[in-house]
Amino acid sequence: MDAAIEVADLRKTYRGRRTGEVRAVDGVSFRVERGEFFGILGPNGAGKTTTLEIVEGLRKPDSGTVRLLGRSPWPHSPELTGRLGVQLQASSFFEFLTAKEQIETFAELYGAAKGRGDEMLDLVGLTEHADVRCEKLSGGQQQRLSLACALVGDPELVFLDEPTAALDPQARRNLWDLMRAINAEGRTVVLTTHYMEEAEALCDRVAIMDAGKIKAVDSPAGFVRALDAPTRVTIAAGQLSEERVKELASGESVTAGETQVVFETRDPRKLLTALASDGALEDLSVRTANLEDVFLHVTGREWRE
Amino acid sequence: MSLDTAEARTGRPRISASRAYPALVRALGRGWLRDRSQVFFTILLPLMFMVLLASVFGSTANTVSRVIAVGDVAVLDEADPDTFTVTEAAGLDEALAVMRAGDADAAVVQDGDTVRIYPSSTNSTSGAIAAGNLSALVDDVNVEVLAEAAPSEPVLTTEVEEAEGGAMRPIQYLAPGILAWGIAIAGVFGAAGTMVDWKRDKLLRRLRLTPASVKTFLGAKVSVNLAVAVVQTAVFLAVAALAFGLELSAWTWFAVPLVVLGTFAFLAIGVVIGGIAQTSPAAAGLSNLVTMPMAFVSGAFYPLALSPEWVQWLSYLSPMRYLNEALQAVVVYGSPPSSVLPQVGMLAAFAVAIGLVSWKTFKFDEL
Repeated sequence: MDAAIEVADLRKTYRGRRTGEVRAVDGVSFRVERGEFFGILGPNGAGKTTTLEIVEGLRKPDSGTVRLLGRSPWPHSPELTGRLGVQLQASSFFEFLTAKEQIETFAELYGAAKGRGDEMLDLVGLTEHADVRCEKLSGGQQQRLSLACALVGDPELVFLDEPTAALDPQARRNLWDLMRAINAEGRTVVLTTHYMEEAEALCDRVAIMDAGKIKAVDSPAGFVRALDAPTRVTIAAGQLSEERVKELASGESVTAGETQVVFETRDPRKLLTALASDGALEDLSVRTANLEDVFLHVTGREWRE
Repeated sequence: MSLDTAEARTGRPRISASRAYPALVRALGRGWLRDRSQVFFTILLPLMFMVLLASVFGSTANTVSRVIAVGDVAVLDEADPDTFTVTEAAGLDEALAVMRAGDADAAVVQDGDTVRIYPSSTNSTSGAIAAGNLSALVDDVNVEVLAEAAPSEPVLTTEVEEAEGGAMRPIQYLAPGILAWGIAIAGVFGAAGTMVDWKRDKLLRRLRLTPASVKTFLGAKVSVNLAVAVVQTAVFLAVAALAFGLELSAWTWFAVPLVVLGTFAFLAIGVVIGGIAQTSPAAAGLSNLVTMPMAFVSGAFYPLALSPEWVQWLSYLSPMRYLNEALQAVVVYGSPPSSVLPQVGMLAAFAVAIGLVSWKTFKFDEL
C-alpha cells in the first residue's frame, strides 16, 4: 500500500518586491504512513502553511515531488480531492449561509449521501446552532464547522492548518478531542501548529520546521528521550540544610536560590523518594524536558510564539 | 490502493458537476439575497437615481414646454396648449432671469419674420426639447401660409409618432442610462468585492480542494451575477413603466441579452480591480474611480450631442456608452435588434478584451 504522503525535496522561493528572495520551503522531504497523526511544528513564518499548500496541490513547488495516496496532486482530480479533507487557516465559508446550509453545500460538492451533513454537525456539536449564520458563530464554533466541512466527504487523509490558533484554552481542548476521534477512526491526519503542547498531546510523529527546513522528525517521546535532558525538580528553599542539598544532588547540578532549590537529575525517582522521606515537598514541581526544549536543541534558538 | 477500491470503501458515487453546480448556485444566490448592501446597490440605488433625476429634469407630467413670449410673438397664438404654456415678459433680460431661475424652458422674440429662440441652458434638456417644439411650431405655421398662397400645390406633411423626436419626455431618455449605470456598478463592484472577499476568507482556495472544479464554481458565480442583472433589469423597467410612465417598445425583451453581454464586460473590469485591490475599501474606491468617469462620458446622464467634443471622443472608450445606446434604441425607440448590431459588437469586443486582461491578471495564488 502506498504511503498517505510522500514528499521529496520540495523547494519554493518567493520573490517579493520589498522582501527580496524568501526561501519559504527549502528542501523539505517527509513521509506520512496511513493512519498516522503527523504534526508539522514550527513558529510563524517557518514555512508550514506553504509546505501544506504544496502538498495539498494548491501551489506548485519550484522543484520536488509530492505523492498523495500514491498520486500526484496535479492536475486537480476529483478522484483524489474526494478522498481529502481540508481545513484552511481562514474559515472559508459561503457568506450569509447558516451552519446547516454551509455543510449541505459542501456535502453536495463532495457528493456525500443525504443526511451526512446533519451527522457531521452532530459530530462537532453544532446541531443546536444549525440555523445560525456562520458569521454569528464563535471562533471555536466556526473552527468546528470548518472541521465538519472537511470531514463531510468521508476523507482518508485530513489536512488541518493551525485549527486551534486564536482559540481559548477550553475551545482548544474541545477541538483536540475531536481531532483524536477523527484519527481514531483510521483517518490519516496532518496537523500544522505552533503550539508545543498541541503537538505533544496529539501527534504520533512531529516534524520540527524552521526557516523553510525540516530540522528533525520523531515522536514527541522520542525527541525528549534523544534530548537526554535532566529532570528539573524544584522545591521551596529552607526545607533542607545546605549539606543535605549537596548530598541529594550527589554530584549532579543543583541551584540553591533565595526562594527555591532546583535539582537537575537523571534519576528523578531516587531524588523524589529521598525528598519525600525528608518531608521536603513544599512547592514541589517536577518538569521533564518537553518539545520546547527539543525545539531549542534542534534549532539552536529559543521558542517564540 | 487503486481508485476503484477507494470508491468501494466509501461507497461514494462519482462526483459530477450536475450536483455541484446547482448546489453552488443555490449557496451563492442565497448569500446574495441576504446581503442587504448588494440588494440596495443593485436594485434600490438605480431606482432612487431614477426618482431623483426624473424630478430634477421635470417629472412625467411636465412635458409641456414653458415658453416666455418677449413682447408680441404672433406665432405663439397658434400654439397648442398641450405643448406650450406661454407667459409674457416685457423685455429679454427679464425673461432670461426667469430662465436662470429654472422657471422657464425658452424665451421667444419675434422680430418681423424672424423668430428668435433662446433655449434655457440652466435646464438644458428641457431647453433643447422646447427649442425643438418651437421650431416645429414655426414650420407648421409656414406650411399653413404656403398652403394658402398656393392652394393647388400639394404640401408635404409630417406626422411625428410618440418616440424619438416627438415630445420626448425625460424618463424616455434617462431610464436606459440609469439602467446601464446600474448594470455597470452591479458588475464592477460585485466582482471586485467578491475577489477581495475571496482573498480574505480563501473560499476559492478551499473549493479548489473539493472534487468540484474551479470552472464549475466560477460558472456558478457568473450565473448568479447574470441572473441578478436580468432581475435588476426587469424590476427597473417595470418600475419605470408603471410609476414613471416609460413606454416600453415591443423589442424590450432584447434588453436581456444586452445586459447579459454588458455584465460580462463589467464583471471582467471588476475582476481586474479585485486583482489589484487588497481590501474592501480599496476595491470600492477603485471601482468608483473606474465607473464614475465611465458613466460620465457614456451619455447615460447627459446627451452626448450636447457634450464637448473631447467627451464625445472619450465616450468611445466607455462600454457603458454602447449598452446605453443599445438599450435606448430597443427599449425606448423600438428599433429592432438588428439596428444595434454595432453596439452589440462593441460590447462583445469590450467583454472579450477586458476578459483577456482579467484572465492574465487573475492570480490564483492570492485567492
